[in-house]
Amino acid sequence: MEALIIKKTEDTPAIHLDKAAGIFEFSGKSLPEDVTSFYGPVFDWITAYGEDANESSKFVFKMTYFNTASSKIILDILMRLETLHEDGKNISVEWHYEEDDEDMQEAGEEYADIVEVPFTFVED
Amino acid sequence: MEELKDKGMNSNSQYMRFVVDFHNMMVDKKITLAYEGEVTQEITKAFTSMTERNLEKVEENGKIKKKVYHVMVECLQNISKHADDESETASNNLDEGLAKTGLFLIGSDHNEYFITSGNGIANENIPALKEMIDNINSLNQDELKQLHKEKMRETAISEKGGAGLGFIDIARKTGNPLEYHFEPIDEKNSFFLLKTSINKNTAE
Repeated sequence: MEALIIKKTEDTPAIHLDKAAGIFEFSGKSLPEDVTSFYGPVFDWITAYGEDANESSKFVFKMTYFNTASSKIILDILMRLETLHEDGKNISVEWHYEEDDEDMQEAGEEYADIVEVPFTFVED
Repeated sequence: MEELKDKGMNSNSQYMRFVVDFHNMMVDKKITLAYEGEVTQEITKAFTSMTERNLEKVEENGKIKKKVYHVMVECLQNISKHADDESETASNNLDEGLAKTGLFLIGSDHNEYFITSGNGIANENIPALKEMIDNINSLNQDELKQLHKEKMRETAISEKGGAGLGFIDIARKTGNPLEYHFEPIDEKNSFFLLKTSINKNTAE
């Protein structure tokens, strides 16, 4: 399947979803005005990926900032991954946060608490 | 002719006096940004990056910088998403880009940064907003965390692209109550002011 590669902008993150390369990554800032339209292709891609997922996939989040609307969308993405995980796909999440960024660390911990997907944390 | 000239001089010097006073007030209250006008995504991006640079210059602590940035984005996007603005230039349309008239101020004193936003609100919408903010202000940090978790799971992204989490998130990130005021404009409308404080010394 085709990779989904979106370059980062001032208010949207870089997204790299590539089944062949085994890269699944979100990084940067997310504060678009219209989160639904920006993240629409991501949901479509994950749905298609679920049909034929790799043996294991690690979704990496290296977010430095997201607004509350994006925080809700990220939860929706993680819940989509949870569904794949429940379907027997081997999915994990690696949550990065910048040194001393307790808010970003806590945000990750709260997601880990809500969704049933294995999380690991990395302080960059 | 002479009269006219005098009048011009007079109103000109009045205006200059006003600017001097206005400037003194800004300096006195350490207002680094004051804006009245249309709030759009472009404005949000411009103001946040400008403030980031300013805070960088004064070598503000990274955690506090992030909190200021965070509160700014939520306040500005609150205006563009939720202000009741009936003017011709207002836009509620996400495809065309949201645009609403509002007020935005950033100031500081020795202990805190103050972020103040203002926008029109229909009087009929005041009770619900007041109840929401009062409820948030009555909760401690653990309760806010719980409320945030519940809301995040339950709510869907609205037509205007909001998650209904902004105020809860501001209260959690700053640890301070949300101060507000509704200034009556006419029978149907008021002006909603929201002031958020971010402590300088304690990052928590």
